[in-house]
Amino acid sequence: MKFGIQVNEGPYNHQSSDSAYQFTKAALEKGHEIFRVFFYHDGVYNGSRLGVPPQDDRNITELWEALGEKYNLDLVVCVAAAQRRGVLDESEANRNGKDANNIAPKFRISGLGQLIEAGVQSDRLIVFGD
Amino acid sequence: MAMLHTVNKSPFEKNSLDSCIDHALEGSSILLFEDGVYGALKGTTISDKVSQAMGNVSVYVLGSDLRARGLSEERIIEGITVTDYPGFVDLAGSHDNVQSWL
Amino acid sequence: MSEVIKKFMYVNRKAPYGTIYALESLEVVLIGAAFDQDVSLAFVDDGVFQLTTGQDTKDAGMKNFSPTYSALGDYDVNKIYIEKESLEERGLTLDDLQDLKYEDEDEDWAEKDSIRLVSREELAQLMDEQEVLLSF
Repeated sequence: MKFGIQVNEGPYNHQSSDSAYQFTKAALEKGHEIFRVFFYHDGVYNGSRLGVPPQDDRNITELWEALGEKYNLDLVVCVAAAQRRGVLDESEANRNGKDANNIAPKFRISGLGQLIEAGVQSDRLIVFGD
Repeated sequence: MAMLHTVNKSPFEKNSLDSCIDHALEGSSILLFEDGVYGALKGTTISDKVSQAMGNVSVYVLGSDLRARGLSEERIIEGITVTDYPGFVDLAGSHDNVQSWL
Repeated sequence: MSEVIKKFMYVNRKAPYGTIYALESLEVVLIGAAFDQDVSLAFVDDGVFQLTTGQDTKDAGMKNFSPTYSALGDYDVNKIYIEKESLEERGLTLDDLQDLKYEDEDEDWAEKDSIRLVSREELAQLMDEQEVLLSF
């Protein structure tokens, strides 16, 4: 089965990114396909590489990166939500005249159409949020 | 069609579980996870409503979120099935669609 | 853009302004309209507050996005379900909400109501028929 995953909340403030990660990992380990993980609303903060959580806590962004690396996941950060909140890749930073970017490896920034496409192409779309 | 409803809110804070139960058709299932697991407890102001709903719908609760909150399975309404993430994945696959009651 | 046509429902259960969900949900609906899917919007629970008339955000200093709802008809988004019980519980009637219209191209662009008042039971049935439910 093919799943699409939507993550609506940032890491640490809310459990939804952890839940989405656990669901995604379990689905992949059962042999299912993840069409895409789409980060929306404050969920875009999951894609910032600049977070430095305490060493005795989990690093959610790195967990997503590692899962993305292992299974070649499409981890998409919504561009409109990301621009509002200051999550940028190099081209977005240049285009908007910003002096830095912060997108984490394995994540990419793209449009809301990617969420709709995930709904169309996946057998089930699961929303994790607040 | 049979829908999987997911509820991740405490029923004492938000009306998500209440509203979910009011919209859940016969034959559908409800999965309680995150703070939604508090909706699985016995002896609360909403447990009668949950028990009644269980005549028509199947109710599941995520064990890892129960344990994280120090809730033992003895405190759960009888008939609610404790599941895990692989079980959550199976439920999502075995139902026709999934609605998150955020 | 896609040959597959699925039944998409956007389920709006949150009030506007207190959180961003209502606004960013609307942004998804507008972008999603380009995909030619079978789209409907449901306003349930506090979601019905999104459509109240007379929203004035000037002194709150926020962007007033309520006029955008009236443009949905131009995007062929014209199945807008309002749950009757949710309105009543909040002391509202349809008169308190925006009167959303669309022009039906199959009937010589006749103006028609986008808003459909449905009971909780009817909405539950409609939800059940969907293939994709985007919850905000």
